[in-house]
Amino acid sequence: MRIFDPHIHMNSRTTDDYEAMHAAGVRAVVEPAFWMGQPRTSPESFYDYFDALLGWEPYRAAQFGIQHFCTIALNPKEANDPRCRPVLDELPRYLAKDRVVAVGEIGYDSMTPEEGEALALQLQLAMEQGLPALVHTPHRDKATGTRRTLDVVRESGIAPELVVLDHLNELTVGMVLDSGCWAGFSIYPKTKMSEDRMVTILQEHGTERMLVNSAADWGRSDPLKTRRTADAMLAAGFDDDAVDGVMWRNPVDFYGQSGRLDLDEPKPDEESSFEGNSIRRGGA
Amino acid sequence: MASTGMSDSAPPDPRTALALHPLDPAGRAWVDEAEARVAARSTAVRALFPAVRRHCGRDRLVEHWTADEAARAVLLLALPLDGTPLASELAGLFRHGDPAEQRAVLRALPFLDVPEEAALGFVREALRGNDSTLIEAALGPYGAARLPDAEYRQAVLKCVFYEITLDRIAGLDTRADDELARMLADFAHERVAAGRDVPQDIWPVVRAFPALATLTEKLAAETWAATPERREAAVRALKALQ
Ligand SMILES: [Zn+2]
Repeated sequence: MRIFDPHIHMNSRTTDDYEAMHAAGVRAVVEPAFWMGQPRTSPESFYDYFDALLGWEPYRAAQFGIQHFCTIALNPKEANDPRCRPVLDELPRYLAKDRVVAVGEIGYDSMTPEEGEALALQLQLAMEQGLPALVHTPHRDKATGTRRTLDVVRESGIAPELVVLDHLNELTVGMVLDSGCWAGFSIYPKTKMSEDRMVTILQEHGTERMLVNSAADWGRSDPLKTRRTADAMLAAGFDDDAVDGVMWRNPVDFYGQSGRLDLDEPKPDEESSFEGNSIRRGGA
Repeated sequence: MASTGMSDSAPPDPRTALALHPLDPAGRAWVDEAEARVAARSTAVRALFPAVRRHCGRDRLVEHWTADEAARAVLLLALPLDGTPLASELAGLFRHGDPAEQRAVLRALPFLDVPEEAALGFVREALRGNDSTLIEAALGPYGAARLPDAEYRQAVLKCVFYEITLDRIAGLDTRADDELARMLADFAHERVAAGRDVPQDIWPVVRAFPALATLTEKLAAETWAATPERREAAVRALKALQ
């Protein structure tokens, strides 16, 4: 089974996780830029974080046979801090990078005007760069927040097929699919969405434009939730092709719209000024 | 001493490399236009420099250059800047660059009219990191010729730890010295004492300096060590050293 996790924060995961993910079939991931638990207070810390998503993390992932891509943005929580907003001015530089396959995570968290402004502006950047957008929906007051997010997406003029709204549930999936956007689901150990509920949603709404992710990060989460959902799909009677569609072809189609999803690219640690083999011991 | 490092002849100009190994017509047209835009307005480089690889590919052209690195170097050469203004534009590209962009800046250094302190700043930043492709690029002809002795020796030792074979870095023929040979000999002894093998590429450096005699003595003593792994490692190392 091949799995593409379209939303996972590997920068807070261990090499054991990489190993277990590879063993479970994960061959590619997208790591969206988000907040890190501890608030940042200056743009420079964002640039170091972006550099890690573009440099160190793909380098680490490659050593475990996993392709790593990322999305870049000023996230909604930190869009509220005026000290972080200058990040928006440097975003075009980062959005031009080879391994950046979308703008994200953007969206609403506490439904403030600042969040709305940053969302609209970054949707414009996505259109300028020809990139898809990964849009986070708020965990509190989700249905209203999702409706409002869809309004902003519509007003921006971006093509709906270039947008995924993430962290959806039973009450928000319908309106997102009706809008023409992609529907993203984050499967967590306790809260938000479980693999069994996910299977029911797939039975009711079909597998088209559906993305399933672990959204694993520094909180209680599980980087193997994609595989567990795939197993639950098979147990519920979905065939291999349907599982492959949700777990691999859908994320490839969505992020492939960037034109930058080069899944054959050699691993970063194979690049050097000379041909030939070199085994990396990694960190010494 | 026997030649150990990469050839110390100057790397070819990126424009020559691209002339000898042409890009496909679409890639070439993109580079020509990008070059003109950068020449007309230096800040245009900020959006063009990251996009190079998607238009030019990444094939290796010659020893020093891949297609993307050479094309990126061409854009840097087109910048209508020199001295401190050039250094500050490069600093932005390096600071916000992904590893492929940073490698391109490092490989272009021999061709740019940029103050040495600024350029060595990029070299040092790459050497502090963990990415072996960047460490290798930092020890190209520019960094290898200019790093102070102590930093050059530390960088070589770091390469040994990162399994970047020493034929991939510049300057060893002229810069290897007693102290570097001593450091490598001590490293070899440490490996043998742990019952482990020693990378073959350090031997030519050790052999060329007085460290050879001291290490031979230490390894001979190790052949009497209590643990068999340690004795066997010593025998293997002595054999390789001869
Ligand atoms: Zn997330």
